[in-house]
Amino acid sequence: MAEPVIELRDVSKRYGARAAVESLSIALERGSFTALLGGSGSGKTTALKLINGLIAPDAGEVMIEGRPAGEGPGYALRRRIGYVFQEVGLFPHMTVAENIAIGPRLAGWDARRTGERVAELLALVDLPPDAGPRRPSELSGGQRQRVGVARALAAGPAIMLMDEPFGALDPVTRDALGRDYRALHERLGLTTLMVTHDVWEALLLADRIVVMDAGAILADAPPAALLAGHPDARVQALMETPRRQAERVRAMAERP
Amino acid sequence: MEDRFDAALALLPGYLGQHVLVSASALLLGLAVSLPLAVGASRSAALRWPVLALASLVQTIPSLALLALFYPLLLALSAASRAMFGHGFAALGFLPSLLALTLYSMLPILRNGVAGLSAVDPAAVEAARGVGMTDRQRLFWVELPLAAPVIMAGVRTAAVWTIGAATLATPVGQTSLGNYIFAGLQTENWVFVLFGCVASAVLAMAADQLLGLIESGLSARRRWRIWAGLAGLAIGLAACLAPLAGAGGGANRYVVGAKNFSEQYILAELLADRIRKTGAAVDMKEDLGSNIAYQALKAGEIDAYVDYSGTLWANVLGRRDNPGRQAVLATLTEALARRDGVRVVGAIGFENAYALAMPRAKAAALHIASLADLAAHASELTFGADLEFLSRPEWTAVRRAYGLAFRREVQYQPTFMYRAAASGQADVISAFSSDGRIAADDLVVLADPRHALPPYDSVLLVSPRRAHDARLIGALSPLIAKIPVEAMRAANLSVDRDRDKATPAAAARALEGRLGL
Ligand SMILES: Nc1ncnc2c1ncn2[C@@H]1O[C@H](COP(=O)(O)OP(=O)(O)OP(=O)(O)O)[C@@H](O)[C@H]1O
Ligand SMILES: [Mg+2]
Repeated sequence: MAEPVIELRDVSKRYGARAAVESLSIALERGSFTALLGGSGSGKTTALKLINGLIAPDAGEVMIEGRPAGEGPGYALRRRIGYVFQEVGLFPHMTVAENIAIGPRLAGWDARRTGERVAELLALVDLPPDAGPRRPSELSGGQRQRVGVARALAAGPAIMLMDEPFGALDPVTRDALGRDYRALHERLGLTTLMVTHDVWEALLLADRIVVMDAGAILADAPPAALLAGHPDARVQALMETPRRQAERVRAMAERP
Repeated sequence: MEDRFDAALALLPGYLGQHVLVSASALLLGLAVSLPLAVGASRSAALRWPVLALASLVQTIPSLALLALFYPLLLALSAASRAMFGHGFAALGFLPSLLALTLYSMLPILRNGVAGLSAVDPAAVEAARGVGMTDRQRLFWVELPLAAPVIMAGVRTAAVWTIGAATLATPVGQTSLGNYIFAGLQTENWVFVLFGCVASAVLAMAADQLLGLIESGLSARRRWRIWAGLAGLAIGLAACLAPLAGAGGGANRYVVGAKNFSEQYILAELLADRIRKTGAAVDMKEDLGSNIAYQALKAGEIDAYVDYSGTLWANVLGRRDNPGRQAVLATLTEALARRDGVRVVGAIGFENAYALAMPRAKAAALHIASLADLAAHASELTFGADLEFLSRPEWTAVRRAYGLAFRREVQYQPTFMYRAAASGQADVISAFSSDGRIAADDLVVLADPRHALPPYDSVLLVSPRRAHDARLIGALSPLIAKIPVEAMRAANLSVDRDRDKATPAAAARALEGRLGL
C-alpha cells in the first residue's frame, strides 16, 4: 500500500473534561475522496482542524505526506492545504476576487496569473464574472459558500479539507457543484476529506465514508458496503433513511 | 474692542502654527507608540492590564501638572547629558510639551486599539490562519483593516484632547493658542481669552471632522473619503505650518522672556522693540512660571527678561537676610555671573515690591502711615492678601518685625483683592508697589521703617550665551535707571483697567514715548 497523504495516529483533543476527539486513527491515501458523517458535536470539525494544524492535538500524531504536521511553521503547512470553513469565514473588507486571490497572493503569484485564476474559479463555482468586485456582504449565503470553495482551491493545493461546503445551496446547484467538484478532484488527483450532514451526498460523491460519534469512529467503509449493512445500530439507522427513501421514489416512478 | 480683536488676529499665524506643530507631532508620536502597544495588549492579557492601567493613570494627572512635571525631569536629563556627552538640550518649550501631550493622547488610541482588535470577527481571524497567513500578515491584512474604524474613532478623540490640552503648553514655554488665554486672563482681556478658546475649538472641530471623514471611509470602505480626509489634513497642516517655515532659528534671532503678569508683558514688548530697532528679529516666550523664567535664561532658552532683585535673592541665592538695596544688587550681579554666567545688566529704575496698602481715607482716619502704626490697629482690621502672599517668607518677616495680628485674613485673586479694598471688605491689602491700581484706587502704601520687606528692584538679565553680545547689550542698556515707578504704574494701569484697555504692545509703545526712548 502506498504511503498515506494524511494520517492521524491515536489523536486526542479535549476541552476541559470533555473530549472533542478521542484516540482517533485514520489514514487517507492519495487521490481518495472521503466523506465524514456524524451528528452535531461528534468531532468532525475538530478532526479537520487537527489535520491542518489549526488545532494542536493533546495526544497522538498527525502526519501529512509522511512528515509530522507540527514540524515546520503552521502557515507553511496550511498554504498547501485547501480549507473550506463551516462558517465560510470570508474576509468582509475584501472583494470576492480579493478573497479568492488570497492563496495566490500568499504564494507570490503575479497579477496576471492571479487574475486568470480568479476568473477560472468564479466560472468553476458557477458565479457570474461580475461577482468579482462585490463584497461578501452583497452575496447570498449559497453564493458565499461557493466563494469559500473557490478560495480554498485557488492556490492549487493537493489536499482539500471541506467542512459542509455545500450546506446552504439549493438541491440543483448542490448536485451540480458536487459533481463538478468530483470531476476536478479526479482531474487534479486531489485528496479530499469532506464533512457533510447529507447522507445522499456522502453516498454519491465519496469512495469512502467515515462515521463519527462522540469523537471516535463508528464506521469506516465504502458507500456500497455501508448500504449493505453494518453491525452498529446507529450506522444502520443512518443508512436506513436513504435506502427507504430510494425505495419509495422507485415505487412512485413505477406506478405513475 | 476692535483693536484688541485686530491685535489677536495679528498673532494668529504664529500661535496657530506652533499649536498645530506641537499637537500634530504629539498625536503622530502617540499613534506610533500606542498602536504597537495596543497590538501587544490585544494579544497578551498579561500586557493588557498594566498598559491600560498606566494610560488611565496618566489621564488622571491634571494636564497642566503633567506638562509642568516634564520640565524638571527634562532639566535633570539635560544636565546629565551635558555631564556625559558635553551638550544638553532644551528642557523648555517644545520637548516637554511634546512628551506630555504624547502621553496624554495615548489612552483613547490604546483603548480603542485593544477594543477594536479584540472585537474582530473570530471567523475572519481563523480564516486568516486557515489560508496560511503568518502572524504579521494576519495583523496587517485582516485584523488592522477590520479594527481600523474603531481605532480611528480613538484617534479622533485623541486629536480633540491633544488640541485642547496643547493650550496648556504655554506656561512651559511652548507658544500655542493658550498664549491668548493665559495673557488674556492676566490682563483681563476677555477678547483674547475668547479668541483663544474659539480658535482652539475651531481647530479641534476641523481636525475631528477630517478624521471623521477618514473613519467613515474606513468603515464604509469608500476609498475616496479616506483620500479626501487625508488630503484635507495635509492641506490644513501645510497651511498652518507655512508661517513657521520662514521663522527658523538663526544667530540673529533673540528670544525675550516674560513671566505671567501685565508688567512683564509690557516690559517684554519694550525689550523686543529696543532689539528690533537694531534690525534683529525677536521671538517672545511669555507666561513663564516665576522660577522657570530664570532657569530658561540660564539654559539660554531665552536671551533676556526682567526679574526682581528680592525674588532672585530669595529663590536663586536662597538668602533670607536684607542687607539693603545696593548691597543686594551688588551681590546679585557678582553671584549670578559667577554661578550661572547670567549677566545682570542693571536696575531699570522702579521697584515692584510687596507692600501693604490701604484706602487713603481710612488710613488718614486711623492716623496710619507705616506698618508700625498699623500694628496698633490690626486687631480690628481685615487683611486681604493675594493667593500666595500668606505663605511667602516676606509675610512671616513683616508679621514678626511689627507684631501684626489681624482680626481676619482673606485670600483673593489680585483683581478681586483690589475690589475688596474699594468696597471696604478688606481694610488692608498686599499690593505690588508698581501696580497701577494703587494710584487708581487711591490707596496709600504703608512705610516699612524696619526694612522687613526686601528690596525688589526690577533688573535686566541677559543669558550667559548673550552676556557679551554687543548688539543686545547696546540695545538694552539705555533702559538702565530709566523707568520711574509712576511711569510703570501708568503703563500697568492702561493694561489692567476695565475700560479703554490697551494691549501690552500699545502700553509699551506709550511708555517709550513718555520716556523719550
Ligand atoms: N473551542 C472549543 N471550546 C470548547 N469546546 C469545543 C470547542 N470546539 C469544539 N468544542 C466541543 O467539541 C465537540 C466537537 O466539536 P466539533 O466542532 O468538532 O463538532 P462537529 O462534529 O463539527 O459538529 P457540527 O456538525 O455541529 O459542526 C463539541 O462538543 C463541541 O462543543
Ligand atoms: Mg462542525
